Amino acid sequence: MEAATARLKSRPAERGGYGRSERRLAAAMLAPSLIVIAAVAAYPIGYAFWLSLTEYSVRVPDRWRFVGFDNYTDALSSPEFWDALTTTFIFSGISVALELVIGLGMALCMHEAFKGRALLRTVVLVPWAILTVVTAITWRTIFEPGLGLAPVLLDKLGLPGADVVWLGQEPYALGVMILADVWKTAPFMALLILAGLQVIPDELYDAAKVDGASAWQRFWRVTLPLLKPAILVALIFRTLDALRIFDLPYVLTQGANGTTTLSLIAQQELTANRLIGLGSALSILTFVIVMVVAFIYIRAVGGNIRALAEET
Amino acid sequence: MATRTLERTGTAGEARREPRAGEAHGPERRWVKPVLLWTAVVLIVIFCLFPFYWLINVSLKAGPDLSGADLLPPNPTLDNYQSIFEDADFTKALRNSVGITTITTVLALVFGSFAAYALARLRFPLKFLLLGVILSITTFPPIAIAAPIFKLWTELGLYNTWAGLIIPNLTFALPLCIYILASFFREIPKELEEAALVDGATHFQAFRKIVLPLAAPGLVTAGLLTAFFVWNEFLLAITLTSSTSARTVPAAIAFFTGSQKFEVPLGTISAASVVITIPLVALVIIFQKRIVAGLTAGAVKG
Repeated sequence: MEAATARLKSRPAERGGYGRSERRLAAAMLAPSLIVIAAVAAYPIGYAFWLSLTEYSVRVPDRWRFVGFDNYTDALSSPEFWDALTTTFIFSGISVALELVIGLGMALCMHEAFKGRALLRTVVLVPWAILTVVTAITWRTIFEPGLGLAPVLLDKLGLPGADVVWLGQEPYALGVMILADVWKTAPFMALLILAGLQVIPDELYDAAKVDGASAWQRFWRVTLPLLKPAILVALIFRTLDALRIFDLPYVLTQGANGTTTLSLIAQQELTANRLIGLGSALSILTFVIVMVVAFIYIRAVGGNIRALAEET
Repeated sequence: MATRTLERTGTAGEARREPRAGEAHGPERRWVKPVLLWTAVVLIVIFCLFPFYWLINVSLKAGPDLSGADLLPPNPTLDNYQSIFEDADFTKALRNSVGITTITTVLALVFGSFAAYALARLRFPLKFLLLGVILSITTFPPIAIAAPIFKLWTELGLYNTWAGLIIPNLTFALPLCIYILASFFREIPKELEEAALVDGATHFQAFRKIVLPLAAPGLVTAGLLTAFFVWNEFLLAITLTSSTSARTVPAAIAFFTGSQKFEVPLGTISAASVVITIPLVALVIIFQKRIVAGLTAGAVKG
């Protein structure tokens, strides 16, 4: 196939002959998607930025004034913003790290040859398929005081934590939120890493074994370095998702007890407090933070996307 | 290209990884590995399934049983299920979710397969930049567009309507859809299209008659993932709806929990949660391979 492509590319008539009609067709085929994306993503972002420079009256509808960057100074000087920022980063850092470790473990298990492996892959997909809102409900039924399993179980096993009101106390509520997120998304991480494991040729392990490498050395020196691209892609997806987290804290605690994230604080200002200007400023700040993190990651693995674009 | 083919056929190739005789350590330690493996497998299964089992368990309890942490419902009852199906808010939300998810998925597949074909097969300038722009949408926090869309929709009369949710859902679903479909289109041998082009077919005919039918599994995969994504969407669903006329299931469930802050009817909510999860679990069981293929599409590049 590679040879056929090369032959095609070397034929000069091909290139010139199809050029214009091909380009026109490409434009026509891309247009519907690009219009939708431009209309509902690009334009609203610009509009959101404009709104963040204004102040709307809470009482009189449609009365507003231009306030410049006041909303940003307000946001950046409010402890709530910094709390939400800290919470979001702690949540993202811990849950993505745990997901990576658990996901890697799951992937290594799913890669082993044993009866029931296909079944295990299906089982692992179950948490992934469950709605985030339902995930939050599920963990509430486990940790809810007076109803939940966790306090009773901890008490019976004589473990600490039986007296903790899990969703009602400062660091613990965030702990439940992290647990719920890890439960739901570690499988996704596992499947991406598994796909990475499957493309590592067996010969490399055989060669390492011949050289006398132990199982542990083979894991650190062969498996992990070769998994790096797959792990990085999984980390990007998960980190960006975690930074935007909204449903989990909304349903678990409504943002109480140290679980208010950036998306949640912005949404609360917009809908509950009806502060469109401040809410928009918070949204734009969230957007910028996510973009900066995305940019840093993509600088690290940009080659992957470029390879995809240039593969054709 | 070679790596991708390897990945797809991986399942067949893995048979080779059957434990080889001797496996480095002596016979006295041969039991260690299976024991470790099976312990890990059992732990994974418990970790993945137990919370959902607990939810089902709670949904089958009523009254005082709810507060006892029994692993089996002492007096199993379907009361909770009966009451949610009698609740018009829930059944309407179910209808909204099914409608909005179906329409968004179909539109995403139509628009997405056009765009994916152009990106995968046609030659045009600035392709890398365009792909970057499309992919960057996947990093957008939906909150960033919530306020403007809310204001625009109020002015355009799209607030609290199906269309008002379908349009932004489509925007967020399209990049994923395009990415998955493009990676499937790339795997279809170019020779087939070239033969058709030589026989006088246009590029579009080649796309419609040759690429699309061959990419049917890819369409199923992309469709499933899009549907899961839309079904799960929550932030826009609560921001852009105000009544049962467009409120989707996730929003309705959160609304139940939010409206009765003091006495949260967790039994009923659990039942509703189980009802909307069963179809998803069924889809996962039927389409496991397709879903995994979609989730990992393009993630592995040598």
